[in-house]
Amino acid sequence: MKLEEIKVCVMRVGGTNCDSETQRAFQELGVQAETLHVNELIKRRNLLDYQVLVFPGGFSFGDYVRSGVIFARWLSAKLDKEIETFVDEGRPILGICNGFQILVEYGLLPGLEGVSTYPEATLTTNEPQGFKCQWVYLKHENKGKCAFTNKIPAGKVVRMPIAHGEGRLLFPKEKEQEMLAKLNNNDMVVFRYCDKNGNIADGKYPANPNGSFYDIAGICNRDGNIFGLMPHPERAMYWWQQPDWTRQQQMLQYGDGKLIFQSIIDNLTKKC
Amino acid sequence: MNDNLFIHRKTSYALYEVALAKATNQQLVEISNELALGSSLQEMKSIQTYFKKEDRNPTDVELQTISQTWSEHCYHKTFKGRIRLDGKEIDSLFKTYIAKATKEINPPWCFSVFEDNAGIVRFDKGYGIAVKVETHNHPSAVEPFGGAATGVGGVIRDILGVWADPIACTDVLGFGPLDYDYNKLPAGVKHPKYVYMGVTAGISAYGNNMGIPTVNGAIYFDDSYTGNVTVYCGCIGLLPLNKFIKNAKPEHAIVLAGGKTGRDGIHGVTFASAELTEKSEEISRPAVQIADPIEEEKVKRALIEIRDLLLASSTTDLGGGGLSSAVGETAEKFDCGATVELGKVPLKYQGLAPWEVYISESQERMLLTVPPENLERVMAIFEKEDVEATAIGKLTTERRLQLNFHDEKVADMDMTFLFNPCKSMKTATLETLSFTEPTFPEPENLTETLMQLLSAPNIASKESVIRTYDHEVKGNTTLKPLQGEYAGPNDAAVLKPLDDSWKGLAISCGMNPNYGKIDAYWMAASAIDEAVRNNIAVGGRRIALLDNFTWGNPEKPERLGSLVRACQACYDFAKAFRTPFISGKDSLYNESPLGPVTPTLLITAIGIVPNIQFTTSMDLKAPGNLLYVVGETFNELGGSEYYKLKGYLGASVPKVKGAKAKRTFKAVTKAIDLGLIKSCHDLSEGGLAVAAAEMAFAGGYGLELDLGKVPGKALERNDFVLFSESNSRFLVEVSEKDRQEFEALMKGKTCSKIGKVTKDEKLLIHGLNRKIVVDASLAELRRSWKKTLSGEP
Repeated sequence: MKLEEIKVCVMRVGGTNCDSETQRAFQELGVQAETLHVNELIKRRNLLDYQVLVFPGGFSFGDYVRSGVIFARWLSAKLDKEIETFVDEGRPILGICNGFQILVEYGLLPGLEGVSTYPEATLTTNEPQGFKCQWVYLKHENKGKCAFTNKIPAGKVVRMPIAHGEGRLLFPKEKEQEMLAKLNNNDMVVFRYCDKNGNIADGKYPANPNGSFYDIAGICNRDGNIFGLMPHPERAMYWWQQPDWTRQQQMLQYGDGKLIFQSIIDNLTKKC
Repeated sequence: MNDNLFIHRKTSYALYEVALAKATNQQLVEISNELALGSSLQEMKSIQTYFKKEDRNPTDVELQTISQTWSEHCYHKTFKGRIRLDGKEIDSLFKTYIAKATKEINPPWCFSVFEDNAGIVRFDKGYGIAVKVETHNHPSAVEPFGGAATGVGGVIRDILGVWADPIACTDVLGFGPLDYDYNKLPAGVKHPKYVYMGVTAGISAYGNNMGIPTVNGAIYFDDSYTGNVTVYCGCIGLLPLNKFIKNAKPEHAIVLAGGKTGRDGIHGVTFASAELTEKSEEISRPAVQIADPIEEEKVKRALIEIRDLLLASSTTDLGGGGLSSAVGETAEKFDCGATVELGKVPLKYQGLAPWEVYISESQERMLLTVPPENLERVMAIFEKEDVEATAIGKLTTERRLQLNFHDEKVADMDMTFLFNPCKSMKTATLETLSFTEPTFPEPENLTETLMQLLSAPNIASKESVIRTYDHEVKGNTTLKPLQGEYAGPNDAAVLKPLDDSWKGLAISCGMNPNYGKIDAYWMAASAIDEAVRNNIAVGGRRIALLDNFTWGNPEKPERLGSLVRACQACYDFAKAFRTPFISGKDSLYNESPLGPVTPTLLITAIGIVPNIQFTTSMDLKAPGNLLYVVGETFNELGGSEYYKLKGYLGASVPKVKGAKAKRTFKAVTKAIDLGLIKSCHDLSEGGLAVAAAEMAFAGGYGLELDLGKVPGKALERNDFVLFSESNSRFLVEVSEKDRQEFEALMKGKTCSKIGKVTKDEKLLIHGLNRKIVVDASLAELRRSWKKTLSGEP
């Protein structure tokens, strides 16, 4: 598929607030990206006209109950057919921050046995508690399954900011190890929190900023086409967004966030 | 309720006619109290005269409308009124000082100042920047979370009210000491710790949920804020100037959009202009509104689309006074009258009396005027965003305000009467207080003193709060409030608002309440200097200012006297720096059982960085570089953090030499533009020593400095040189290879090389007699600075 033919749908609803910078990141790389209110999508558009679906960050419907749950239920009531087809065809879906929470609540992630009708995991209140906005280091641990990161070498340490109050990935306690084994066996772990030298955080704050199980920051589904992460790649796109650019003699034009957007675009342009 | 004064009209809901015609003075006061109008006798009498002419009694709706319109909060009686001082009369503080400075500077880049909800300056590519800062002190005292959150929501709507898209928030807060003794708290005053937790949580909840980065601010602790918490909320917006539409005409529909109307926020403005008492909580809890940031986010989306399609003829927010000010001021601005059917206003629940509907301050509501032919499209846009919008009336040619409630006429007043309140006359006196300079010996161990200062609440790291604010959402924050790995305190934030422009926006602030205890004039001068130099430090120039006063009761002559002094300084130094005021706001009557608030002037500065590549951060960059101090140091420690630590106030308050400072600032800007400055940090609370320590531990490199090289007058004590808070000073880092060029540029300015950056992670300072007076590791300095407000036990 040609670069300029790729159409990305950045989906928003009341409370979504990272749509414009996410759209900008895709546009920067030469594809068409459009922010669409879900009302608009239901009434006048067709989700299947798009090759990539993105749920950006924010507080969908205010997140007054568990983050992401209202929008996820709402989507499964009104748009489940289209989403089902989208997933069955292996089209890529990205969830950033609140988007990740939505994918988990919808049952699209981790999706150990395919799309689940109930959430298999949760992204719950940070430990230590409270909203945190800070830059973190992530180790790329995926071995090539995830379509959004397979241009990134395994073991590479990347840097992005987080900004959330509920980002601690948890599985049911009794199934924790079993589920982790499945994640690892199916190459579904994508990013883990680490320090700047790439040492895995091992649950320790602040390298692991939210107490996430197994230091997980991002996972993909079994097929690698659905990817969710808590950090914000769209805020780590350009040199001037980096936290220490004023210290550098020479800056690369782009930050690590670009790798994610570039990976998925490269994968799509390779496909005929 | 006195049945002779209040006559229930034959309606199924509460609607009263008030027997004003024959009321005695005492009864006029009784009426004002009974309806919680907060109107003075003079005002009540002028209302009485008007309705005698109309030959009828007013309804409660009319009286409430008048009192809201004439309130201090809505009309700024003190700033617009007359003041007698020393036998002279000042006709409007606002015109005489604040607006006058702007008028005389008259820069071509000011697009709209003091006119609307926010000031607007030109930016780039046809865009303008709108800025507004508000106070939300009283509500935050009664309900910290809700008060602060709705403060943020309110100022964001001010920005929407000039058709601008909010791109950043700022928040400057004043609290009592967090370790305040519980037993000393009077009834009705909440503990500073509780207020601090609630207010900061409220701010983060609103800004984060709406997706607007909170990029700049300050937290200040002072005893007088214990009873009078001070909450300044600011917002900055971006708008295409050709979409700034203000041309409402008669017959245009009045559209109310956003949240529903309820009883939250009744009499907020009256409450704002009264002193806090033990009973404030009980009486005024309903004056605090309930926040719903997601509603406002949706309203914002719709409003921006309506703006871009040029479908409406004006907009304004509903803030203090609710519909009564929004409708009235819109009609007044466009020289129209208005007719409104209050029965159409969507309610949260039934049972509101018509006057409640009209003055409720329920949040997340905007008012638009829409030409009839565009009404359908406007409604469709609101519907698409799931926002309720209702046409509730229209503008009229006849200059009257006519309100109906389910077809019953409840108000019908002349607009000219409504918008011409009698001018107040207040008396001010200048207090002559004498302050003395303390005498105490220079401490033996100044390293220890520096550590204590770094831990002082006003200097200590605010990271634990700043990280709960999303300062990166929208992805345009290029200089962040916290610098780099060690989270050093940057002097200002820089945004890159436009995708196709490298121009940046520098946002900074200045506030020195402790100086005001000695002299409000020099406090104001210092706040201006600090806001401006913070902006200069990161590479800002072409600076516009906002003034926000938090003062005590202006009916008390000495409080008003210090307000006049501060306003005089605003004029003098805005002129000296050529930095016009573009907007401002005052919050008076900040008094509690613990006494008045210490006079507090917040100055917000908005500058331009021509190319963000030249933005300068405050962290040291490389060992071997040279460190210069720019500006002159005096023994000015009155009101300083150092004296405070020692238990003194002192007398030698820092002054500002305007013309000289302006030249210094220009030279620093030039050096930044030439790329000669590697890092730059302003000297403020804690003086040179604190600034040097911050630069060092933020950059991870040491410093070796020599106090003997610091230029200044009569500098004889190491502690005074280290901790003096003289204004208009910077520390700048310059590389060896740029040394000559930099020194040539600074020729004729006060600037001296005082040391160099070292690889050794230590701050080493030689005293005036070459002996080492400070010797501390960066890790220790950093720990002292971070521990106070870390939130960890």
